[in-house]
Amino acid sequence: MDFDYTPQEQSFREEVRGFIAEHLPPKEQRDKNFLATWLEKVRAKGWVGFAWPKEFGGSDGGLMEQAILKEEMSLAKAPPLGTSMMGLAWVGPGIMEYGTEEQKQKFIPDILDSKVTWCTGYSEPNHGSDLAAIQCKAELKGDHYVVNGQKIWTTGAPWSQWIILLTRTDFNVTSKHDGITCFLVPMDAPGVEVRPIQNMAGDKHFAEIFFTDVQVPVENRLGAEGEGWKVTVSALANERSSIGEVTQLQAKLDDLKTLVKNSKRQGKPAADDPNVRRTVAKFEVKIAAMKYNGLRYLTKQIKGEPLTSETSVNKLHRASLEIEMDDFAIELSGQAGLQLKGGEEAVDGGTWSKGALNWPNVVIGGGTPNIQRNIIAERILGQPKD
Amino acid sequence: MNFGFTEEQNLLKEQVQRFMKEACPMTRVREITANETPFDQALWQQAAELGWLGLTIPENYGGLGLKWIDLIVVLEAAAEGLCPLPIASHALASTAILHCASQDQKSRWLPAMASGEAVVTIGLYDEANWIAAEAVTAKATVDGDTVTLHGKKPFVNDALAADYMLLAVQGPNGLALAAVGSDQVKVTAQPTIDSTKPMARVDIDGVQITTADLLAISPEQLAFLTDCGGVATTAEMVGAGAAILEMTSGYAKDRIQFGKPIGQYQGVKHRLADMFVDLESYRSLCYFAAWAVDDSPQELAKAVSMAKGYASDAFAQIGIDGVGLHGAIGFTADYDAQLYLKRSKWARPMYGDSDYHMDRIATLGGL
Repeated sequence: MDFDYTPQEQSFREEVRGFIAEHLPPKEQRDKNFLATWLEKVRAKGWVGFAWPKEFGGSDGGLMEQAILKEEMSLAKAPPLGTSMMGLAWVGPGIMEYGTEEQKQKFIPDILDSKVTWCTGYSEPNHGSDLAAIQCKAELKGDHYVVNGQKIWTTGAPWSQWIILLTRTDFNVTSKHDGITCFLVPMDAPGVEVRPIQNMAGDKHFAEIFFTDVQVPVENRLGAEGEGWKVTVSALANERSSIGEVTQLQAKLDDLKTLVKNSKRQGKPAADDPNVRRTVAKFEVKIAAMKYNGLRYLTKQIKGEPLTSETSVNKLHRASLEIEMDDFAIELSGQAGLQLKGGEEAVDGGTWSKGALNWPNVVIGGGTPNIQRNIIAERILGQPKD
Repeated sequence: MNFGFTEEQNLLKEQVQRFMKEACPMTRVREITANETPFDQALWQQAAELGWLGLTIPENYGGLGLKWIDLIVVLEAAAEGLCPLPIASHALASTAILHCASQDQKSRWLPAMASGEAVVTIGLYDEANWIAAEAVTAKATVDGDTVTLHGKKPFVNDALAADYMLLAVQGPNGLALAAVGSDQVKVTAQPTIDSTKPMARVDIDGVQITTADLLAISPEQLAFLTDCGGVATTAEMVGAGAAILEMTSGYAKDRIQFGKPIGQYQGVKHRLADMFVDLESYRSLCYFAAWAVDDSPQELAKAVSMAKGYASDAFAQIGIDGVGLHGAIGFTADYDAQLYLKRSKWARPMYGDSDYHMDRIATLGGL
């Protein structure tokens, strides 16, 4: 056990810091071209798709270097390394693993160059957590498939150019995991209709999507027909225990502590209130637990020991922290805490009140807490499936 | 950066687990703890021969010269089977000697501790729920070379098994640890919740030792030893927590109610998942704290408070749910689950409860 970084790791960290110092100006000095320039620079550096194989335009970055890169970027509150979030997270890895040569040529560079934004067509009106039960139908007719059906709560759909779409090509199967097929579909294809849904925070980040006789060429199928579940599972497995999340939560905790120091409860300093102190300490402990859990799992991965579903542990911590920290800040701030951005007494520009309404983005996408508990109980503890 | 155990540490863990299974299974634990002196000399000797009693004692004193991160491997694995041997107390006493004793005292005491010839324990605070130098109320007065002890030590772990004990006292020049032989003092066993962690009152009023048997310690050293005690206790909470989780998880797979295994009900499986989340989390925090003892002492206080602060409440809940998910058999005396619940209750206040540790985290975190 050794918590010190090796000289190579340390020098990589220095390199990242140096890059940030050179290319990340303070917020007020950024012009309208800043993001485009930033994306070009990190792309040239090989830090977009850092872990991807070099042949696809990545850097073959090691797990520890990935963690360091994420941590430093997160500490500096830098813009993302590439804006094609889902493209980088699982569409790209899915294409690299299951895609044809043409698909790789066509899609991978645009993901790395932040030219194309992807959304993920998984959930349907009747099938969210029970993902494998999907009903959106694709039928082979000559050299193309015809897709009919509906997706819903598709994050990013209002502004995405492409969707990775899970459909059912066979309804006569004994296991619901069979007969599923995955497609790569342009959002401007005839018959695709996007209706944004407003969430409780007032944002329109997700949407329902209607597919009416949408023609998808066979060459846009990802993986074999009926292999869609395998593609999906391996894509979701690309999620890694992220140190970056911990850094973000630590920054949020620092803001919360500042708020505590500036707040009063019943006319007395909030920082002297035992309940306040205990609550803040609990947040700090949970975040530290996430950090050390993450490092322990990362070490396992580096040693080549397979992880089962341990990342669900940190997902559960994060789920509770996201809502509890915002709620605590609001409670601490009393009626001022209720005010949104623009309110005369809004606290920290309404960050906390906004966060309290936005937490489902983080908590529900990618599996609700109860699904994470099922995963832990079944895959790690070996409990029987529901 | 490497947050994992070495091949040697993994082998050590397997060795301890094998020892627990073969030499000290739960039937033996129950026998030992039912004795008037809840101690097994033969097992102690075996532990000594395996090197566990001198793990952190330097080689020139007959130990293995390893670190606390190695020690907690033993403590965790032994606690999976609720090992009643006073390994943690003995290790804490040797740490106290290493950090606070003179060269001469180290040479006199450490070799016999490493070989297991002397069983040594340590008693720090006399107030039931107060961690501070003032919570040491027993006293020592010095006249020439003679030290006279005054008062009593109401809470000394493993005193019944010990040949010697290091007892914190307020001396004329500040805090000190008085090294006394068990034949010099009166040890009175106290009935407690957890019989695998025997506790006793030690009367020292009028006992005389020499200054050669007195170790001066600073309040910082007292705090350091308390933190080491917190690490040891938390490591045992990791092992015991893992064992009751495994026991409960196994039961949930086998126990059929309403026509299916109870582990199929989300009311049960989600509780098991939450137990796992908590166990994993205080496990990670504990390993970091144990590493900090030797490799990053300036981080120790916060690291211990995080580990023990988390574990105190989490293991208590794991114990309750472990027994609770079993139903009536869970609190049957012949069934082992209840023994782990008792350990969780023992561990909760030991070296600081969660209130103490959470408040310290707030302070160390700038509030």
